[in-house]
Amino acid sequence: MIDITTRVQSVWRRNWDAFLRTYRVNFIPPFIEPVLYLLALGFGLGTYIEAVDGIPYPVFIAPALVSISVMYSAFFECTYSSFVRMYYQKTFDAIIATPVAIDEVIAGEMLWGATRGMIYATLMLPVLLLFGVVAMPSSLLLIPFAFLAGLLFAGIAMCFTAITPSIDALNYPSFLFITPMFLFSGTFFPLDILPEPIQYFALAALPLTHVVGFNRAITLATFSPINLLNLAWIAVATVIFFVLAIRLMRRRLVV
Amino acid sequence: MKMIQCISPKSGGTLEVFGMDVDTHQRQIKSHLGVVPQENNLDPDFSAYRNLLIYARYFGIPKRQVEKRAKELLTFMQLEEKRDVLIDKLSGGMKRRLIIARALVNEPELLILDEPTIGLDPQARHLIWEKLRNLRAEGNTLVLTTHYLDEAERLCDRLVIMDHGKILVQGTPADLIREHAGNDVVEVERTEKVVARLEELRLNYDLAGDIIQVFTNRPNDVAQELLEVCRHEAAVTVRPATLEDVFLRLTGRSLRE
Repeated sequence: MIDITTRVQSVWRRNWDAFLRTYRVNFIPPFIEPVLYLLALGFGLGTYIEAVDGIPYPVFIAPALVSISVMYSAFFECTYSSFVRMYYQKTFDAIIATPVAIDEVIAGEMLWGATRGMIYATLMLPVLLLFGVVAMPSSLLLIPFAFLAGLLFAGIAMCFTAITPSIDALNYPSFLFITPMFLFSGTFFPLDILPEPIQYFALAALPLTHVVGFNRAITLATFSPINLLNLAWIAVATVIFFVLAIRLMRRRLVV
Repeated sequence: MKMIQCISPKSGGTLEVFGMDVDTHQRQIKSHLGVVPQENNLDPDFSAYRNLLIYARYFGIPKRQVEKRAKELLTFMQLEEKRDVLIDKLSGGMKRRLIIARALVNEPELLILDEPTIGLDPQARHLIWEKLRNLRAEGNTLVLTTHYLDEAERLCDRLVIMDHGKILVQGTPADLIREHAGNDVVEVERTEKVVARLEELRLNYDLAGDIIQVFTNRPNDVAQELLEVCRHEAAVTVRPATLEDVFLRLTGRSLRE
């Protein structure tokens, strides 16, 4: 079985400490990104778009911006950054020489990836409030949900990291999986204008679809039964990828 | 080594560290071990001092306790001035010293070192040897692997020579030298006359390329004989036998007659 104790926090803390050491660079993207997207897409392109399903365009894309930011930060943290720590810096090797188990190293990395997603969502929230594109107080839920969504993307990322032969090969999931999701998960236009098979595909296989769906319910403060499906899909997938990532990593590292 | 460290699964047989099974007591064993890996795996995101603090956290050592210990270890390893320097800015010798300091952060009962001075310049090697001898003098148990036989000769109380995963011999370096090489070695250039004379005297000798080595406890007599044979035309050297001689004799490569 999976061997995780409270020692997992020492792995998480290592990454938190490293993050704080370079906090200036780390804190810039979550402030700049939503401003750029809202100005260019929301208020630029958005002037040609009356409304989407009766929602002003900037309000429509605001939850997608949070979702994308959570996806990117958690996914890239647990692919490229984790790979660097594992392969080039030998940080994992150093940690498993201590009483911390390999399972805890991988779990700590994923929990950190999720935290990073949550930090980004937290920092974006005031910017979105300033633009008046999210409803309060329901939008406070963006923060805890970002942790869950972040954990999902961290788990998926860690599975790729466990099987990738080299850091360059991580470009495949980035371009073939993450980029299409960024565009086709109900982010910048509603899913239902796509052909039906693609809609089903998006719901079945693109995690971001569910994250955007749920975040949109949060920022609009309009919940519907479909959001329960979103939440269930995310919860189940998170558990699966979390466990799978640890197993794949054990196979890679325990030799 | 990795099986002792509970990092690699046991390939067979039984293995106990501190009387505990490596399959079932990994955390307990690892919490009493200090490991100095061959490859540098210090954390490049942090300074020398914080490397020690963060490493101690993996052992669950309380912060207040470790701050004191970290300072002592930096002093012991002569790294106080590098306390706040990032790892990339340290020299190879400093990194090795810091890795040793890091391995001591949990006050281990057993320190495992894998090639501790590989790739270092002579000054850096001597400093590390000095520190390891200090640790030994304080009563610490050190297990080290090395290909540098002068290192093994200087540091080890008990030595195991392995070849292709099999133990060939074990004992103190001095005993091994006496037993497998004798006290001294007389070296001379290989010529037919020398070989003929050695056969005549019924002395054992080894061929190491175009050098003849005679392992003997009577080096001066042998040297005298050989100097006469060569008529002082070739150099005859007498030197004490070393572990390197033992190693080469045991692992082959030389003709024994």
